[in-house]
Amino acid sequence: MSMIQDDRIEAVSALPGPSLAGVGDYLALLKPRVMSLVVLTALTGLVVAPTGEHPVVAAISLLCIAVGAGASGALNMWWDADIDAVMARTVTRPVPSGRVTPGEALAFGMTLSVGSVLMLGLAANWLAAGLLAFTIAFYVVVYTMWLKRWTPQNIVIGGLAGAMPPMVAWAAQTGTVSFESAVLVALIFMWTPPHFWALALVKSEDYARAGVPMLPVVAGQDETRRQILLYSLALAPLGVAPALIGLGGWPYLAVSVAGGVEFVRRALIVHRVREGAPARKAAMGLFGFSILYLFALFLLLLAEKLVGVVPLTGPVAGWL
Amino acid sequence: MTRDDDRRATGLVLTEEQQRRRRARNVAIGVALFVLVVLFYLLTVFKMGGNVANRPL
Repeated sequence: MSMIQDDRIEAVSALPGPSLAGVGDYLALLKPRVMSLVVLTALTGLVVAPTGEHPVVAAISLLCIAVGAGASGALNMWWDADIDAVMARTVTRPVPSGRVTPGEALAFGMTLSVGSVLMLGLAANWLAAGLLAFTIAFYVVVYTMWLKRWTPQNIVIGGLAGAMPPMVAWAAQTGTVSFESAVLVALIFMWTPPHFWALALVKSEDYARAGVPMLPVVAGQDETRRQILLYSLALAPLGVAPALIGLGGWPYLAVSVAGGVEFVRRALIVHRVREGAPARKAAMGLFGFSILYLFALFLLLLAEKLVGVVPLTGPVAGWL
Repeated sequence: MTRDDDRRATGLVLTEEQQRRRRARNVAIGVALFVLVVLFYLLTVFKMGGNVANRPL
C-alpha cells in the first residue's frame, strides 16, 4: 500500500463516525419542558404590555424568545455532559448518551442563539434582542459554566436567566423596560429557589455524586428546608404584587392570595416533616405545586387580559 | 475519490437506521429553512406594510 493511501486512510479514520442523532434528540436539546414555561411567561409579558406590535410580529418575537431559551438549554447540555452522565435524572440526555456529540450540541446551540437574537432584533427592536442575548449569556456563562459547580447559591443567582422572558417580551412590545415587567421577573426569580430546592431535597444524592454543590449537599437538608420556607414567605406577597400594580384583576388577586397561602403551607410541611417517605412526599408535593402555582398565576394574567377583566386600581397601582 | 468512497473503502457504510436518521435530519433542516423564509416574508409584510410600495419608480 502506498504512503499516500496510508495517509488517506488515517485521515478518514480520524473523521467522526456517522451521526446517530435523530430529530427528536435535537428537540430534546432544547429542553422542551423548560421552554413551555418560558413560552407562557413570555406570552404573558407580550399580552399584558400596554402597547404592542402587530400580532404576527409579536408571535415571531415569542418564537425568537422560545428558540433563544432552547438554545441556552442546548449549550447547557453541551457544557454539562460530564455531570449529566453521572446523574440518574439526566443520564439519558442526548449528549451523555452519545446520540449527539458535544460538537454538534455546541454548533446547534450557538446557531440558534445567534439566529434568535438577530431575528428578534429585526422583528421587534434591539433592546429586546440585547436582553435576550444577556439572558442566554447569563444562563450559559454565569450559571452553567461558573455558578453551578461553585456555589450553593447557583440556582438563586442563575434563576435570573429563567426569570427574564417576561421582560424580554415586554421590551419586544414596547421598546422599554418597565417596573411592571420587573415585578414579573422578580416573581419568577423568587419562585425558583423553593422550586428547585424541593427537588434537590429528593435528588441530593444525585447532585452529590456529580459534585454539584446544591444547597442540601453543602448546607444539609435542615438548612435547605429553612431556606425553602424563607423564600416561600417572600414569594407569597410577590405573587400578589401584579394585582397591586395594575396588571391583575380580582380573579388574579384571589388566586394569588390562595396560592401563596398554599405555597407557604406546603413549605411549612416540608420544614416540619424531615424523615423517610413522608418527607420525600412533602418535598415532591411542594415541587409539583410550585409548577402549578406559577403556571396558574401567569395563565390568569394572560386570560384576564384576553377576556377583558379590568385590572385593579388602588393606592399602590395609583402611585405607580 | 469522494469522501463517501473513502468511507466505503475503509468499511464505513451507513446502516439503514443511520441513513433513516440522516434523512430525517435533512428533512428537518429543510423545513426549518422554509419556515425561516416564511417568517422573513411575513416580517417584511407586517413591519413595512404599504411602505413596501412607497418608493420612487
